[in-house]
Amino acid sequence: MTVAMREVGAGPALPRLALVGAGTLGLLWAAYYLYALQQPLFGAVLLAIACGFAVIYGANRFYGARFIFPGVAAVLTFIALPIGFTIYLGFTNYSSFNLLDFERATEVLLSRGAADPATEQPFAVVPEGEQYRIWLPDSGLLSAPVPLTGPASVALTPAAAPATLLAARDAIRLRDGLQALTLTTPDGLAIVNSGLRTFASVTPEYTRASDQILRRSSDGASLTADHSTGFYVAADGTQVPPGWRVGIGWGNFQKVFQSEGIRAPLLSIFLWTLFFAGTSVVLTFALGLALAVILQWEHLRFKAIYRILLILPYAVPAFISILVFRGLFNQNFGEINLILEALFGIRPTWFTDAGLARTMIIIVNCWLGYPYMMLLAMGFLQGVPEDHKKAAALEGASSMRVFFTITLPQIIPPFLPLLIASFAFNFNNMVLVLLLTSGGPDRQGTLVPAGQTDILASFTYRMAFDDSATQFGLAGAITLMIFLVVATLSYVNFVALKRAASRKSARSA
Amino acid sequence: MIVERPADLRRKKFFAHGFMICFLILIMFPFFVIVSISLREGNAMSSASLVSQAGWASLAKLLPQNPTLEHWYLAFGLDYTRADGTVVEPPYPVMLWMWNSIKIGVIAGIGVLSVATISAYAFSRIRIRGKAALLDGLFLIQMFPTTLALVAIYAIFDALGEVSPFLGLDSHVALILIYLSGVTLHIWTIKGYFDGVDTALDKAAAIDGATPWQTFRFIFLPLAVPIMAVVFVLAFIGFINDYPIASVLIRSESQMTLAVGSRLYLNEFRYLWGDFAAAAILSGLPITVVFLIAQRYLVSGLGDGAVKG
Repeated sequence: MTVAMREVGAGPALPRLALVGAGTLGLLWAAYYLYALQQPLFGAVLLAIACGFAVIYGANRFYGARFIFPGVAAVLTFIALPIGFTIYLGFTNYSSFNLLDFERATEVLLSRGAADPATEQPFAVVPEGEQYRIWLPDSGLLSAPVPLTGPASVALTPAAAPATLLAARDAIRLRDGLQALTLTTPDGLAIVNSGLRTFASVTPEYTRASDQILRRSSDGASLTADHSTGFYVAADGTQVPPGWRVGIGWGNFQKVFQSEGIRAPLLSIFLWTLFFAGTSVVLTFALGLALAVILQWEHLRFKAIYRILLILPYAVPAFISILVFRGLFNQNFGEINLILEALFGIRPTWFTDAGLARTMIIIVNCWLGYPYMMLLAMGFLQGVPEDHKKAAALEGASSMRVFFTITLPQIIPPFLPLLIASFAFNFNNMVLVLLLTSGGPDRQGTLVPAGQTDILASFTYRMAFDDSATQFGLAGAITLMIFLVVATLSYVNFVALKRAASRKSARSA
Repeated sequence: MIVERPADLRRKKFFAHGFMICFLILIMFPFFVIVSISLREGNAMSSASLVSQAGWASLAKLLPQNPTLEHWYLAFGLDYTRADGTVVEPPYPVMLWMWNSIKIGVIAGIGVLSVATISAYAFSRIRIRGKAALLDGLFLIQMFPTTLALVAIYAIFDALGEVSPFLGLDSHVALILIYLSGVTLHIWTIKGYFDGVDTALDKAAAIDGATPWQTFRFIFLPLAVPIMAVVFVLAFIGFINDYPIASVLIRSESQMTLAVGSRLYLNEFRYLWGDFAAAAILSGLPITVVFLIAQRYLVSGLGDGAVKG
């Protein structure tokens, strides 16, 4: 079974070591670069990858591990790390109000300024070789030449109007340089670019008083950085946005469990998610199995055609078929309501009535999911010994009876892990919900957007990405709860699979 | 069951075929209608005309009254000139989205395939300490859908984008990197295949002095070509069909994949039902055909790969 390891290291070692060394150095440099850019987390990840790379490809002991290193590294970096990071975010206040880190939030506040209308005046740019001068026609001042390539500060002197001025469009192209420019008037006033066409003296709204304290220019109030809420707060307790990301411990979880506006919808969404996943599995399984049984019937002709047509829904990309159904079910000009009205005179409100919307979602999910179950069932049905069925039939059992007492008990055990997997899949089937109903119709009286057809996964998705006030931290906290459910399901599935595997090997032995 | 009376059998056959045909008509309904809609004039039936004709007669509306290729021109990215001279421009760059999808799917598919094949070989044949635990761990991790970590994925690539836009949001590289994490399922599929290869082959190779790498390169890799083709197709289709990850990472219209872009058609404020129908058929057909060819292997791959522990 296992290849002998004696030739390990027989290959030319020097070129390999040189390559590994170069690769490691490259990775280390990238790690350092990320660290220098204040991304310590990514720096650490790359550092870990670099170390793993050097050890596994450098030392001969780890020959076998060389084969699996890329796969394991990819899984750890792109599945395990995001999962861990999501859990971490669940304990922070990361949201559209607390998007930045502390330094950036402080920078944003410090860069805010109010232009003094008394000094505000239009300007023009005068080209002079590779450099430029700024001409302020209202006060008749001309600046010293400046390259406009980075932060600069030049003096203004009275001068006559220059002959050539840059067109406004070309001046706008120099915007970045202009914004970094400070001009000093002869009486010592510093003025900066305050708009597309104007220069003015700008008083910053906030100035730095100390490391953690900002002073508000308008009223002299001091704002203290509060690292427990992630905002600068004034003495009277008002918070000044933008805030920054801080850990808030169990804050999000408290919010989930204590605030009625979140707890109530979350609970009913959880129940609906279970119901949706369970019903989908049962219905697709029943439908798929029934079709598989008919297709297996020896006297049936045209099996190949039926089979290929029946799996067609599975072959069409799901995002297309779901959107097609979204159009077909449209209340006003959908083709399904056209038919229903013609035949029965009814026009169900598929998207505004909670019960109908849920029915629609389950119908569409059955359409999408039964072919997979049918394909699996056809495979498992072949494993049921024919003579068992014949014996039962000889005893006088009806074909229904044979199916329920002989066939079904024999295919359920191998089917079980796949049914659990299907349940787990539907538990998180957010593509269906997002594309078909986007969670709607909306529930009333909730703090966060929540719909009647939202499942937990789509609920968190919308909380994080769909609304203008995104709440990443809260979404992370709810995701953590979903993780617990999924972990339980995965473990149960894992055990079921192991059992199925051992039963299979026991039978074949 | 063994001996059946001919009359009984005929009745049963009649019911079986009848059931199948009725069921198929129901299942196929969306396909017929979408073709008809793609040839119909305009983008939505006005609800006024719907009400005016109640009864069976209005069912005729399901068929195009004045068939037009307008929606098809637009889907192919061509301007369409109507009979009255007005020129209609394509609402969305479907062909560009398709190209984006294919590009991302192929690159990520090749990446996943190479990583998965090498890992699968090692997991099947090379003695590594802690292999069983590692396999179980991979299996458990793989059951956590990447879609649950969307918030973190967004935050990570948002931060990386500040280092280099090349790696940030709206970048195909970011999407491909995340798709590489889908490798575990395919490791299992290929490992199941390698487990079925006779061990005499690698013993013979070892006796001839081949290193495990040479055994992989010259014996297992050529043997694995069929399963690799299947895994590639499956991975490719999986990536093309992904909506949640792509919708979080990609925001600008020119970078979108088909799955993200298609959603724009059925916006409440700009409801392009007819244009969508043509674009959906155009983009869905190739994937459907590829899938129908590959599906024979899909179920055996999934079932065996997962169960052969």
